[in-house]
Amino acid sequence: MEAAIPPLGETFGGFLADFFMKITKKDIEYIAHLSRLEVDDSLVDKFADQVSRILQYIDKLKDVDVSGVELMAGAALSTNVFREDIPHTPPGPEITLANAPEREDDFYMVPKAVG
Amino acid sequence: MLFEPVIGLEVHAQLKTKTKIFCNCPTTFGAPPNANTCPVCTGMPGVLPVLNRQAVTFAIKSALATDCTIARESRFDRKNYFYPDLPKGYQISQYAFPIAEHGHLVVEPEGADPKRIGITRIHMEEDAGKLIHDPGRGKSMVDLNRTGVPLVEIVSEPDMRSAEEAGAYLRKLHAILKYIDICDGNMEEGSFRCDANISLRPVGQEEFGTRTELKNLNSFKHVEKAIRHEIQRQTYILEEGKKVIQETRLWDPNKNVTRSMRGKEDAHDYRYFPDPDLVPLIVDETWIDAVKKEMPELPDARKQRFIADYSLSEYDAGILTGSRQLADYYEEAAANLKDKKQAANWIMGPVLGLVKSQGLAIETIPVSATELSELLLLVEAGKLNAGTAKTVFEEMIISDKAPLAIMKEKGLEQVSDQSELDSIVMSVIEANPKEHDAYKNGKTKLFSFFMGQIMKQTKGKADPKVVTSLLKQNL
Repeated sequence: MEAAIPPLGETFGGFLADFFMKITKKDIEYIAHLSRLEVDDSLVDKFADQVSRILQYIDKLKDVDVSGVELMAGAALSTNVFREDIPHTPPGPEITLANAPEREDDFYMVPKAVG
Repeated sequence: MLFEPVIGLEVHAQLKTKTKIFCNCPTTFGAPPNANTCPVCTGMPGVLPVLNRQAVTFAIKSALATDCTIARESRFDRKNYFYPDLPKGYQISQYAFPIAEHGHLVVEPEGADPKRIGITRIHMEEDAGKLIHDPGRGKSMVDLNRTGVPLVEIVSEPDMRSAEEAGAYLRKLHAILKYIDICDGNMEEGSFRCDANISLRPVGQEEFGTRTELKNLNSFKHVEKAIRHEIQRQTYILEEGKKVIQETRLWDPNKNVTRSMRGKEDAHDYRYFPDPDLVPLIVDETWIDAVKKEMPELPDARKQRFIADYSLSEYDAGILTGSRQLADYYEEAAANLKDKKQAANWIMGPVLGLVKSQGLAIETIPVSATELSELLLLVEAGKLNAGTAKTVFEEMIISDKAPLAIMKEKGLEQVSDQSELDSIVMSVIEANPKEHDAYKNGKTKLFSFFMGQIMKQTKGKADPKVVTSLLKQNL
C-alpha cells in the first residue's frame, strides 16, 4: 500500500521525533492535558523518568535489521470478519448504567463539558 | 487587495443501517436515553467490535456514486480524544487507509457554469454520543444512543470558491446519497452534517491562507450564510493587515455570527494508531460488482434521460430529478400520458405548491402520482379543461374520491357538444350588443370578454377550443 502510516513522532504528537528523546516534564503535562488527567506536580518528574525508561526499552527494536520487510499496519492474521445487520434487544439503561458513578433518570451525568 | 475564498467541505452522513457499525444495537432515532446501548458501544472493558457488513456495502455505494476509487484493502484506526460523548476514549475511524479516494462531483451553481469538485476521500467511522449541557448546574447529561451509529465522512478537495458553489456541492451530494438510499439526509436529526474549511488568499496567489473550520452547519441555508459571513470576517481581518487564527468556529444561526470554539492544535492531536480489535477490510471485484448491480440511476443520468425521452427542458428536468422521490412521482404520473410536459407543468405548479403549503414530503401528499395521472388523463381526453381540472385537484386534496367521481359529482365534465355550445354563444352575443359592435369595429381585445361570459354561464365547463372557433364564426 502506498499511503504511509504517519511516522512515530507524528503519531505521538511530535514529542518522540528522534531516535531517542528524553521525555520531559512538559511532555508529561501535555499528555495529561490531552487525556484530561490531573497529575500532581510532585509526580511529574517521576512519570517523565518512568516513561523515558519505557520508551528506551522499546527502542531496542530499532536495533533489528528490517530492511526488505514489508510495512505492517496491524497484527491481524485474518481479514473480513463481519456481522449481519440484524438488531438485537439492547440490555437497556438499567444494565448499561449500572456502574455509572452518577446518573439522572437514564442519563449519565458528568461534570460540565463544553468543547 | 482582492481576496479569493478557498472552501473545502467535510460531510458526515449517517448510514441507513438497522444496527450500529460495530454492534447489534438498533439505530432508531428518538429512542429514550441510553436505550440503544450495549457493552460494545459504551466501551466496556473486554468487548470486541465486529464490523457491520451492510455499512460497508453502503460505503461502497457512496464511493461508486462519487466516482471514487475503492481501496481493495482498508483499515480501521483509533482516533484518540477525551470527551464524554465518546466512552472508549477513542473513535474508531479510518485514517491511513480509507475505503475510497479520488472521486468527484460535477455541480451546477445557479447561474454559473458546471464545475467539477474533487473528493479527496471517503472513510467509515462511528458516530459519537450526545451531550445535553446544563449550565445552571455545571453538569452535562450523556446519551450514548448515537454512539457507534455508522457514518461515512466525505471530504472534498478545497475546490470551491464561493458560498454558492459550496451550497451547490452540498445539495448535489445530499441528493445523491438519498438517491442511492444509504442516508435519510435529515439535517435536523443530524443524519447529514457539514463542516466547512475556509481560507482566503490574494487573487493570483497559489498558496493557501490560514483556514478556519466552521461547525454546526445543519441546514443548506445556514451553510451558505455561515460561509458568506466567515469570508467577510476573514476579509476584514486581512484588510486590516491582521492575521487569521487557525481555529474551529461555531455558527450561531440565531445571531448570524460565528464564534471561536477552541484552539485547533489541541483538537488535532489525535494520535491515530491501527485498531488491533479490527481486521483489515478487503473489498474485492465480486463485492463491488454486486453493489454496482444494486445502484439506481443517478440524478445526472436521470435528468439527461428526462430531457431525451420526455422532451423536457433542462430546467424542468433539473427540478424534477432534484430528489429520487420527486422523479419517481413524475415518472409514475406521466407514464400513461401522451403529453409528458403537461405532467411536468402540473407537478412543478400545483403539486409542488401543495408540498410547500402543507410542509409535506412528495411521497406523503394527499394526491398520489396515480391519482394525478387519472386527473391528467381526463384533461387529455378533453373531459376537463385547465380550469375545471384545478377545481377537481383542489377537491382531491381534501377528499379521497377519484378525479372521475369528483368531476361527475360536481358536474364539471367539459361541454364540447357543438350545438349545445352554439346556442350559448349566440345568446351571449345577443345579450351584449354594445361589446359586439365594438368588437366589429376593431376592438378585438373584447374576444376574451365573450370567452369569459361563456365560461361564466357554463361554470367553466365549456371546451375552450370549441368556444373559440364558434366565437370566431359568429362575432
